Amino acid sequence: MRSPLLRKIRILFSAVMLICFILLFIDFKDLIPTKYINYLLAFQFVPSMLKYIDAPTILSAGFVVVLLLTLLTGRTYCSFLCPLGIGQDLFSRFGGRIRKKFRRYGFKKPHTILRYSLLGATIVVSLVWGIYLLTLLDPYSVFGRFMTYFGKPVALVLNNFLSWAFHKFDIYTFDHITISGFRLLTYTIPVVFFILVGFMSLAKGRLYCNTICPVGTLLGLISKISLFRIKFDESKCTRCGRCAIRCKSSCIDFLQQKVDVSRCVDCFNCIDVCQDDALSYGLVSFKKKKEAEADSGKRKFIAGSLMMLLGLQQGLRAQEKGSPVPTKQSTVKENKTCPVAPPGAGSIEDFNKNCTGCSLCIAACPNNVLKPALMQYGIAGMMQPVMDYHHSFCTFNCVKCTEVCPTYALKPLKMEAKQLTQLGKVRFIKDNCIVKTEKTACGACSEACPTKAVYMVPYEGNLLIPETNEDICIGCGHCEYACPTVPYKAIFVDGNPVHLAAQPPLNEEAEMEAHEDFPF
Amino acid sequence: MKRRDFLRKSAGAGLAAGAALSLGGYSKLWATAPSGAKYDMVAVMGGSPEAMFDLGIQELGGMGTFVKKGQRVLLKPNIGWDRPPEMGANTNPALVSRVIEHCLRAGAKEVYVFDHTCDNWVNCYRNSGIEKASKDAGAKVVPGNSENYYQEVEIPGGLKLKKAKVHELLFETDVFINIPVLKDHNSTRMTACMKNMMGVVWDRGFWHRNDLNQCIADYALFEKKPALNILDCYNVMVKHGPMGVSKEDIVQMKSQIISTDWVACDAAATKMLGVDIAKIEYIAHAHKMGLGNMNLDSLNIRRIKM
Repeated sequence: MRSPLLRKIRILFSAVMLICFILLFIDFKDLIPTKYINYLLAFQFVPSMLKYIDAPTILSAGFVVVLLLTLLTGRTYCSFLCPLGIGQDLFSRFGGRIRKKFRRYGFKKPHTILRYSLLGATIVVSLVWGIYLLTLLDPYSVFGRFMTYFGKPVALVLNNFLSWAFHKFDIYTFDHITISGFRLLTYTIPVVFFILVGFMSLAKGRLYCNTICPVGTLLGLISKISLFRIKFDESKCTRCGRCAIRCKSSCIDFLQQKVDVSRCVDCFNCIDVCQDDALSYGLVSFKKKKEAEADSGKRKFIAGSLMMLLGLQQGLRAQEKGSPVPTKQSTVKENKTCPVAPPGAGSIEDFNKNCTGCSLCIAACPNNVLKPALMQYGIAGMMQPVMDYHHSFCTFNCVKCTEVCPTYALKPLKMEAKQLTQLGKVRFIKDNCIVKTEKTACGACSEACPTKAVYMVPYEGNLLIPETNEDICIGCGHCEYACPTVPYKAIFVDGNPVHLAAQPPLNEEAEMEAHEDFPF
Repeated sequence: MKRRDFLRKSAGAGLAAGAALSLGGYSKLWATAPSGAKYDMVAVMGGSPEAMFDLGIQELGGMGTFVKKGQRVLLKPNIGWDRPPEMGANTNPALVSRVIEHCLRAGAKEVYVFDHTCDNWVNCYRNSGIEKASKDAGAKVVPGNSENYYQEVEIPGGLKLKKAKVHELLFETDVFINIPVLKDHNSTRMTACMKNMMGVVWDRGFWHRNDLNQCIADYALFEKKPALNILDCYNVMVKHGPMGVSKEDIVQMKSQIISTDWVACDAAATKMLGVDIAKIEYIAHAHKMGLGNMNLDSLNIRRIKM
């Protein structure tokens, strides 16, 4: 096949994919039904593989489809399905626009040692130690973090602008959504990767995919025996070199009339650009030739993207809610022995083994209670979601995070099951409690408790003070969030290393009866 | 001109106009019962929330007594919890809907509904049934989930609560109507009219830290008082309040109390809920501060059984 349609189809398909993935992460109104989310995620290589290892079913076998597809067609995955790859193509386009004459591509030798070492290290570390490197390098997760950390806030800023503008006309279609950023340190990895991927793609097309990305390298290995590839027709080729200059992967050696299939991502740009119809995509055959090209960096872009990122962070920090000055400071530090993992995690150990930190759950959580972990789970659990009850709580009627997780690190939970899953246990620190320290009524914790695991008992005079029943506590953290003491809370949730089943709440009939007549 | 300035200025202009017209205090525009009202309080029992309201408001001279043609009305139901209507954690949506209809029929230009919820606000608005009921009835449902919507005001005379961040709609509307639901409450022991005001301010934590009962009473000093309090006592949560755990927490009392005096309304509510009024400290505080009358014996109450 040498139709220019191939490239057009690729662009159309990948554009649709990229838009879907972007919408998936910035869907702050929860408009996309879960089943479509799952269709979209089913063919992401690493998440699907992890899901399959955890629960081998036909539904989690998307990665097998990707492997077969690669055997058949080469690395089409990288051009058609990988959101990070597609995103990089977009960046490369911008890169080309900025200095049109500038020839960025041209045949280059592969970074063989580097790419295979990274693939090997990722596999070995994942098998022996934990999925730390996979978390760091899985292209879908890298993309997910970009969207969650940078994409969604930008979408929210737009939404808030619209909300403000419409508001002036008394229209409340858009509502203001407070942008809650994360702890500054958690931005390190996404920012570093954004600079790395952004620069590499702006200047060098698919260099990241062909050097650092372990999925790219793995699929490259497989595509060495793929059936369909880009082929030269030696009789037609005039060795004009246009294809090599157009190749984002720098993998066409036009002098030798050879394409490095391990790096070719089947973008079909070369077919489109070839004026002699010498290139085609079809069943495997052989032949050869040579050449190369080099270029300088683009400091402007790095500086620009760096500044943008820094600005974004500042904006995020500035939006955090200021807490008023309390009358008295609480004195007893909360003693959290274990972080609280999200619903569906089962056990923290299993969870840490399966989560690649793609941050989709963090983006999807309607309550913003999920935050990327720094060292809460140890170094292997960096970027994985952890419940942050100081800034929010897990809302009772919601299982969103368990529905969207592409790796089964968070397993799907039915609403009824989630409402009886104990993520952690409530701990009350009486010496911090307003009722004891100030001798005034409060009860914010008990008010917020959906199961009444926190309830009030008589204290001095007319006062009531909290008491807890951890058997029916589900560890949602609403009490901890609502507790008004600072800097330490008087009530908090200590995570369960293994999630437990909570007892159902007590439902006794009310003793009171309806009035026959007005009681006043 | 910044929006905030605009609001401040228009509030000032409104104040001047109101004062000029009535030769009375600005707060009187909000607070005082219309002279035509015969009763201090109307209590209805035995019907649907809508039917009870139809009867009750008629006894107070109809909604036209409180809402004039072309006015903008703000309704504050309790939408605090992500619970279905039958659990009585939020104001009955049918009642909210009927009040909106009455306001619109009385010539209201626009009716707004909002609450600063405790649970996730999107879920609360949706699952309480109030968002849909209000929109269907022709009101605008407004979010209260972001600090941006709130403006700081002074509470002159407040003992503990001297400042509060209050939702901007209170300043942008002409009539304020409070539609709370009667419930057991874990620490104040009862929530009804005055406590419902915790949903028009941003920082509730401050109230909890600084003598909750006094803060509730202090807020009642604020000039934007409800013109009318419509207390929903249809499904009354008598334990596990204010959120409730299950339907077993509910006693169906099929009642409603309507009054311009929220202290009186809360006093009557204690009787409905069967709690000792002496234990609901904010009622006594508010009574002492002259914000209403908690002595039911001295009130002219119209009682209707359907």
